[in-house]
Amino acid sequence: MSAAGPSQGAKGAPSGGSAAASAASVGAHRPKGVDHARRQILAWGAAMAGVAIAPGITLFDLAHGRPPSEPASRTKRWGMLVDINRCSTDCNACVVACDKENGLPIAKTATSAQWIRKVELKDMRGATKSLPMMCQHCAEPPCVDVCPTGASFKRADGIVLVDRHTCIGCRYCMMACPYKARSFVHEPVSDQKPDVPRGKGCVESCTLCVHRIDRDQLPACVEACASSGHHAILFGDLNDTGSEISKRIAAVSSRQLRADLKLDTGVRYAGI
Amino acid sequence: MNRTTFARSESRWFWALTFLGGAVVLTGLLAAHTMEVHGHVVTGMDNQVVWGMPHVFAIFMIVAASGVLNVASIGSVFGQAAYKARAPLSGLLCLALLVGGLFVLMLDLGRPERMVVAATHYNFKSVFAWNVFLYSGMFAIVGVYLWTLMEPRLGVWSKPAGLAAFAWRIVLTTGTGSIFAFLVARQAYGSALLAPLFIVMSFAWGLAVFLVVQSAMYVWNDRVVPPPLARRMRNLLGLFIVSVLYLTAVYHLTNLYFAKQVAFVRFILVDGGVYPLLFWGGYVLVGSLLPLVLIYHPRFGSARSMLAASLLVVAGAFALLYVFIIGGQAWPLEIFPGYRVESTFGDGHVAAYAPSVPELLLGIGGLGVAFLVTVVGVRVLRFLPQDDLQQPAGADAR
Amino acid sequence: MSRERSMASSLRRRWALLLALVAFAAPVMADGPAGAGTSRVPKPTVAAAAAGSCVEDTAFMRRNHMRLIRHQRDLTVHEGIRTTQHSLANCVNCHADPKTGRVTGSKDAFCEGCHSYAAVKLDCFECHADRAKAASAASVEKAK
Repeated sequence: MSAAGPSQGAKGAPSGGSAAASAASVGAHRPKGVDHARRQILAWGAAMAGVAIAPGITLFDLAHGRPPSEPASRTKRWGMLVDINRCSTDCNACVVACDKENGLPIAKTATSAQWIRKVELKDMRGATKSLPMMCQHCAEPPCVDVCPTGASFKRADGIVLVDRHTCIGCRYCMMACPYKARSFVHEPVSDQKPDVPRGKGCVESCTLCVHRIDRDQLPACVEACASSGHHAILFGDLNDTGSEISKRIAAVSSRQLRADLKLDTGVRYAGI
Repeated sequence: MNRTTFARSESRWFWALTFLGGAVVLTGLLAAHTMEVHGHVVTGMDNQVVWGMPHVFAIFMIVAASGVLNVASIGSVFGQAAYKARAPLSGLLCLALLVGGLFVLMLDLGRPERMVVAATHYNFKSVFAWNVFLYSGMFAIVGVYLWTLMEPRLGVWSKPAGLAAFAWRIVLTTGTGSIFAFLVARQAYGSALLAPLFIVMSFAWGLAVFLVVQSAMYVWNDRVVPPPLARRMRNLLGLFIVSVLYLTAVYHLTNLYFAKQVAFVRFILVDGGVYPLLFWGGYVLVGSLLPLVLIYHPRFGSARSMLAASLLVVAGAFALLYVFIIGGQAWPLEIFPGYRVESTFGDGHVAAYAPSVPELLLGIGGLGVAFLVTVVGVRVLRFLPQDDLQQPAGADAR
Repeated sequence: MSRERSMASSLRRRWALLLALVAFAAPVMADGPAGAGTSRVPKPTVAAAAAGSCVEDTAFMRRNHMRLIRHQRDLTVHEGIRTTQHSLANCVNCHADPKTGRVTGSKDAFCEGCHSYAAVKLDCFECHADRAKAASAASVEKAK
C-alpha cells in the first residue's frame, strides 16, 4: 500500500505517508547539503502526493516526520481508536497482517505468540460483537512496573516495548498485564524479519509497529484494516488536538478497556 | 578442640546420601538444560499459565526458608534457651532452602544465562528487583548470624544478629507475598491480605520443615527430643496451622462478598476440577485438619505423630501453592465483564495446565540442592542441637 | 606427614609443574619450522564483504564492534534513533555472504567465521535476522 514511493532500503527514503513527512525525515542523512537534498525531495514528494493513499491521509496525521537521528519525544503520544461497529467477525485481516509484518507463527496454539487477536464478545442478553485486542500501550503500564530489569519500558512517545537485550524471561509482566497482551517465546525462532528481532526465552507484545512508525508508516494492522474496506482502526497522535484521532475521540463516545484500573491506555474502543 | 569422630557406617551413609542428593540435583540440571535448549514448549506452561510447577516448588522453598529461621529467632530474639540450641540448624536449613528455591527460580527463566543482566539492571519499582537484594542479603545476614552462634567469642553478638535476621526475613516474606499482592490484573491476586498470609504460611511451613529435619537427625543419632520441648513445638505448629487456615478463610470469604469475584471463588472451591480437590482434600483435610488431630488429640503425642503431622503440613503446602499459583492463572482475565468471550488466545476460557516431566524434575532438583546443602553442612559443622547430646542414648524415650 | 610421603608429593609437584609448562608453551612453540612469521595455527577464513569500505576501519572494528553494537541497540530500542551507520541490520546487509545471503551458517560466514575461531558465543542471531534484507524476503517466499 505504501509502496507508492520508492521502495524501502536500508539507507533509502521512507515511503508512504504524506509529502511533508517524507520530506522532513530524509534530510538528516548527511550533515552537509541538507537544504539541497530537501529541495529535491520536496520536488518529487509533491509529485508523489498525488499518488499518496487517500486512506493514508484520513487514517494517519500530517505529522512532522522524525529524522532517524532524532530520539522519540514526549510531545507525541501514539494511540489507536477502534470502531467496533465496523469490525466484522469474519475478518481477521489485522491478525494476518501483524503475523506477516512481524514474522509471527501462523498457527495459533496455547504457546504461540499472538500480538493481536480477534475477540468475539457475546453479550449475555444481546448481540455478538468482534474486536481486535492488542497491547493497550498504557500510560501507567503494570508490566513496566513489575519488570525486574527494566526491559519492559515505555518509550517517550507512549509506546510500551520490551527491550529483548535485557529481558531475562521471568514472565512477571505476563502475570501483571490486565489485557493478556504479552506472549512468551516458547520455541527457538528462525527466519526473523530484519526489522523485528525476536527470539526464544524473551517476552514480547505488540510494538505498535514501532519500526514502521519511526519511518512514518502506519502499523500493519491499521493498513490491513483499511485495505479490507472496514476502516475500523484509526491511528495517530493523541497529543495533537488537530489530529484525526483526537477529533474523533472528542466527537464519538469511546472508552478504554478496564478503565477502572486507571491505566490510561493509548488504545480506545468505540461501540462497546 | 572438640573433634567429633564418625562411625564407619555413618561415613558410608553420608557418602550414599551425598551421591543421592547429587544425582537428584544433576537430574534437575538436565531438566533445566532441556528447557533451555528446546524452549519452554517442553513444559506445561503457556501464555496463560506462565508460572508452573517450578514456581510451586521455588515459592514453597523460599517461604519455608524464611520460616525455618523462626526457630532461631524464638531463641535469639525472644530468649527461649531450648530454641537457642536449635538456632544453628535452623540457620543452615534457611540457607539450604533458599539456595534450593533460587536454583529452581533462576533455571526456570527464559534466559537463565542473563543472570548478570539481572544483577546489574534494576527497576526499583519492581518487587522482583527488591527480592534480588532481599535474597542475597538474607544469605549474608544468616551467614553472619550463624557465625555469631557458632563462634564462642562472638556469642554476645548473636542477639543483635538474630534480630537483624528476624527483621530481614519478615521483609523478605512480605516481598514474596507482594509479588502476587501487587498484581491488579487477575482475580486471584491483588489483595493486601497476601503479604500477611505469606508470613503466617512461612511460620507454619518453616516449622514443619524444621521438625521433619530435626526428627530425622534425632532418629539418626538415637536421640529423642525432650518431651516438654517437643510438646511446645507441636503446639506452636498447631497454632501456625490454624493461623493459615484463618487467613485463607478470610481471603475466600471476602472474595465471596464481591459479585465480580464469585465466579472465581466458585471455580477454586467448587467446580474447578483439580483445584477444589487439591484445596479441600490436599490443603484443608490432609494439610491442616489431619495434622491438627495428630497434634492435639490426646491419643497421638509421640515423636512419630509429630513427624507425620509435619510431613502432612508440607504436602498441604504444595497443594495450596498449586491452587494459588496455577489455579489463579488458569482462571481467565476479566477484560469484558458481562460478556462471554472467545478468541484464539484462550480469552474467556479456563486454561488447561498439566505439569510436565522437566518441570517436576527441576522442582525436585531444587529440593535435592537443599537436601545436599543440609547433609554436607550437618556433616562438616556442628549443627545438631548440642544440649541434648549430653543425655545417654534412649533416655527419656516415650 | 612422614618424610617418604613429603618427598613423593614434592616429586609429584615437580612433574605437575613440568607438564603445565609444556602445555602452556605448546602454542608458542607451534610456530612453523621456518621460524618467526609463519604459524601452524590456522587463521579464520571469512567471506569478503560487499564492495566498498566498512563504516569504520578494520582494526578499530576488530576491537570495538561489540561496543558499537551494544551502544546502538540502546539508542535504537529506547530512543528510537535509527541511524544506519552502526545499526546491526545494516552491518548484516553489507557483510552477508553474496552466495548465501547470511552472516552465519558456515565457518566462512562473516560473523560466524571469526566468532567460532575465537570461541566467543554469538548471541545476536538468536533474535536478529542473519540475512540481508533481500535474502530475508526470498527465504520467506521459499518457505511458503
